[in-house]
Amino acid sequence: MATTNDGWLDANTFHHSAFWDLLKLIELKEQKNLTISLCIPTLNEANTIGKEIVIFKSELMTRYPLLDEIAVIDSGSTDKTREVAASFGADVYLDEEILPEKGNKRGKGENLWKAIYQLKGDIIVYVDADIKNIHPRFVYGLVGPLIYNDETHYVKAFYDRPLAYSQGIRPSGGGRVTEILVRPLFSLFFPELSAVIQPLSGEYAVRRQVLERIAFPIGYGVETAHLLDVYRQWGMSAFAQTDLDRRVHRNQTTVALGRMSFGILQTFLVRLQKFGIINDLAEINRIYRHFEAQDRKYRLNEKSIQEEERPPMIEIAAYREKFAVDA
Amino acid sequence: MDEEARSAVETLLGQVQAYREGAARLKDMLLANLVMVGEIPAATCQEEKRIRFIMDRFRECELDVISTDEAHNVLSVLPGRVGKDNILVCAHIDTWYGETVDHTVRVGTESIGGAGIADNSLGVAVLCTLPTILQELKVSFDANLILMGASQSLGRGNLQGIEFFLDHHPGAIRAGVCVEGVDLGRLSYRAIGMLRGEIIGRTVPNGVGNRAENRVIGALSETIRLIEEIPMPSHPPTTINLGSVHAGDSFYQPVEEGSVKFEIRSAMKGMVPKLQLRLEEIVSRVTLERELELELEVIARRRNGGLEFEHPLPAFTRSVMKQLGVRPLVRPSVGELSSLIARNIPGVTLGITERTRGVEAREAVRIEPMFAGIAQLVAMLQAIDFGICDGDNE
Repeated sequence: MATTNDGWLDANTFHHSAFWDLLKLIELKEQKNLTISLCIPTLNEANTIGKEIVIFKSELMTRYPLLDEIAVIDSGSTDKTREVAASFGADVYLDEEILPEKGNKRGKGENLWKAIYQLKGDIIVYVDADIKNIHPRFVYGLVGPLIYNDETHYVKAFYDRPLAYSQGIRPSGGGRVTEILVRPLFSLFFPELSAVIQPLSGEYAVRRQVLERIAFPIGYGVETAHLLDVYRQWGMSAFAQTDLDRRVHRNQTTVALGRMSFGILQTFLVRLQKFGIINDLAEINRIYRHFEAQDRKYRLNEKSIQEEERPPMIEIAAYREKFAVDA
Repeated sequence: MDEEARSAVETLLGQVQAYREGAARLKDMLLANLVMVGEIPAATCQEEKRIRFIMDRFRECELDVISTDEAHNVLSVLPGRVGKDNILVCAHIDTWYGETVDHTVRVGTESIGGAGIADNSLGVAVLCTLPTILQELKVSFDANLILMGASQSLGRGNLQGIEFFLDHHPGAIRAGVCVEGVDLGRLSYRAIGMLRGEIIGRTVPNGVGNRAENRVIGALSETIRLIEEIPMPSHPPTTINLGSVHAGDSFYQPVEEGSVKFEIRSAMKGMVPKLQLRLEEIVSRVTLERELELELEVIARRRNGGLEFEHPLPAFTRSVMKQLGVRPLVRPSVGELSSLIARNIPGVTLGITERTRGVEAREAVRIEPMFAGIAQLVAMLQAIDFGICDGDNE
């Protein structure tokens, strides 16, 4: 049965191979006078960051000048992340040194938010640092739709590489948190958004005009918040998604996924109330509880997970001054 | 070599440090090529994906002549100013690791590691980067430079790639340089006599050999014992290495087939055929005594030969290494060089960098010495172009 999303899916879902012609991509980028920055948020990623920088710098700056800037925004790694990244030629920043007057919060979203101030590109591509099978497609596959189509503002990655499947139709989608939490929530409240195949993927490319106008939860909820806020302000046509084939990375424990879900749910509920979809939401609890057992003894673990949010960057005076923009 | 050429070759020694610095400026590109090559599995006879990558890289260097041949070699040519003859640079593209092995490459500040990085992803990465390196160093040649990714080199591949190329290439090859990832300082200019084979034991269908469950294992054990009793000359070095023993997969199932893989190496002329004869005698004896089928299959063979120590090509290589502060590690080759030697084409095998010292689970190599390895390669190619081997294969 066709769904309302079929048209959007067909028009806005790509495979990275559609953008393999980098010379053409660069020609268009120059015609449109665009600059592109790559932001890699890090926290103790010394084992994988070197490879990412080497590949992106050589392939997408030296060989094909698609990127104008490669930056690592680090949350205070205690391993050699910053040293390794700098040794291979990335611009390395410590998040607490960016907009220091605004203080510093812990979380990946903080790095992503501060990158908007620190980096200069008209388009910012965010790529996680823990990808083992890094390849230039992780960048050109995401910026491609933005360069080709001026109406596209936000491009999300998804990964779909079936190894073997006997029938014509196969399930496709995201990880456990996506399928058990986010997709049911989208299906309930924002059915159009359920066309985004992997809403939680950490790789996306976004135009500055959009990034500067959306809030950034500093923790687990940042990707969900982006989708809801961009959808709310610019509609479904602002989105595109690109299949990047396969992403090899660390697997998370179920407990870690529980914490992630707790953070995402906070972000989601806050937005439901803000958008007027639900009213009179009681004060929500910010303590996540889960059990540990030893023999017949059970212990309740508690962890505080506060999904704090940074305001849209356009509201920060220093940003408006640096980029000469009005609120 | 005339006086002018001799003087040009000597001038090269003063340039190798600048070559090292120039190569270091392309560190990003070399490492990126190494990561991307290294993450493409290329077990022997399964090199297709790596071939496609190398062809793309050559295309991106805007080389005009790019092709593969029937033996799945990947080839390109940097046309020379005169183009009368050819210099071959080759790196074997296959590795010992199949698709099922994790090919993730790890990049650190000092080293880079992963399955097959040293043997021979680094050699392939240098081959892919060489056109850009030569451009950066403003080095060009009178002769055509043939860049060759040689397929089907290792194990049962038995150098089929380079053998096919040398048998069918129409033009004259003045000399060849074979590029291996490790070790920097490696200098091979002679091929060692070698025979690589497998002794396979099988029970005979409906034969008496099926009586006892451990016939195959017992026969292979006896074969190994007899091989170990063969007296070996200590000089020149001669060895029979047993590289693999395989029989059975369970605790109690009767074994129907098993094998021992071996390699004979000797620098003594005529010694390898003698040892092959001894092994064949052992196989016949065990076959008769143990009442089962035992056969010796020859997988690869190399003949002794090559350049002398004093030949200008290895002599100049040693001078280049001295200039770069690299200690020469002279060792015979059983790789692509032996195919060149078998056709009286002068050649050397060079290594690009050093292995890391440590507890790396898989191959890992140091980054910094790579640039000295590249500098020596460029200098050697220039020396050949200036005529250091002239007169050898006319």
